[in-house]
Amino acid sequence: MTGTPGRSATRGRASNAAYAGLGVVGELLITLGLLLLGFLVWQLWWTDVIGNREQAQAVAALAFTPAPTSSASAAPVVATPRHDDPPVLAEPSHATTFATLQVPRWTGEPIRPISQGTDRQTVLDVLGIGHYDGTAMPGAIGNFAVAGHRTTFAKPFNRIAELQLGDPLVVRTADTWYVYTVTSTQIVRPSDVSVIAPVPGEPGATPTERSITLTTCHPMFSATQRYIVHGTLAYWAPVSSGTPVELLAAGG
Amino acid sequence: MYGWIWRHLPGPTPVRVAIAVALVAAVVAACFAWVYPALAPLMPFNNTTVGE
Repeated sequence: MTGTPGRSATRGRASNAAYAGLGVVGELLITLGLLLLGFLVWQLWWTDVIGNREQAQAVAALAFTPAPTSSASAAPVVATPRHDDPPVLAEPSHATTFATLQVPRWTGEPIRPISQGTDRQTVLDVLGIGHYDGTAMPGAIGNFAVAGHRTTFAKPFNRIAELQLGDPLVVRTADTWYVYTVTSTQIVRPSDVSVIAPVPGEPGATPTERSITLTTCHPMFSATQRYIVHGTLAYWAPVSSGTPVELLAAGG
Repeated sequence: MYGWIWRHLPGPTPVRVAIAVALVAAVVAACFAWVYPALAPLMPFNNTTVGE
């Protein structure tokens, strides 16, 4: 008679311990879920907040001289297009911001910095748009190839699929505007490096045109393919002569 | 686990609540500052370049 209550108490203690252990596992799983949710918040929202701030600072740090305005009305002056050989900068050192990109089609997007290199840690995740090492510089004969995030990290190329043939892509260096127009878009495998060849799609060919290529991920939130936009130089203009009409038509 | 932490927090209930909120905020801040940035490159999305 005396043994039975003792045995049941032991069994009770054991099942209590089991329930307590189960409770801890449950709490750990809930915690893991909350941490994963936190990762999504960080990735989808916070990297944009930080990225936009850092990229705006990178643009401001360039301290580009504003294009001249009319002394009478303070209205912007339209730059005179030039079609002779444009000035071409030498390739800067890694992670140096040397140019900006403005796309009138992307109304409301800020001016984005373009920096040297395409690794994520020092360029794409912090400075936004990166210039592929060894590809042409803006205005040069060859292919000025740049990469940027389409989602997260301020997503400079988020609206790339809105681009239509003939849309202007305006690149600015300290002294020069380079106005490219979109000539084609394509979706390729990530391994397809021919899109950034001097003649896009024809590796090894000798370039005669001044091209631009944008690369970003596709589909959004995936890395299975790449969305590619090609363009060619329409004209260039010294910044001292005014602002490209494409930027003025878009409302500045 | 959370019960154990709660029982080991000092002070009356309002103080415990304040400490608990501070602990949660510290964990979130540590995640945003160090843990998530370290995990991000390991995630199978977000690559934008060709030729890797």
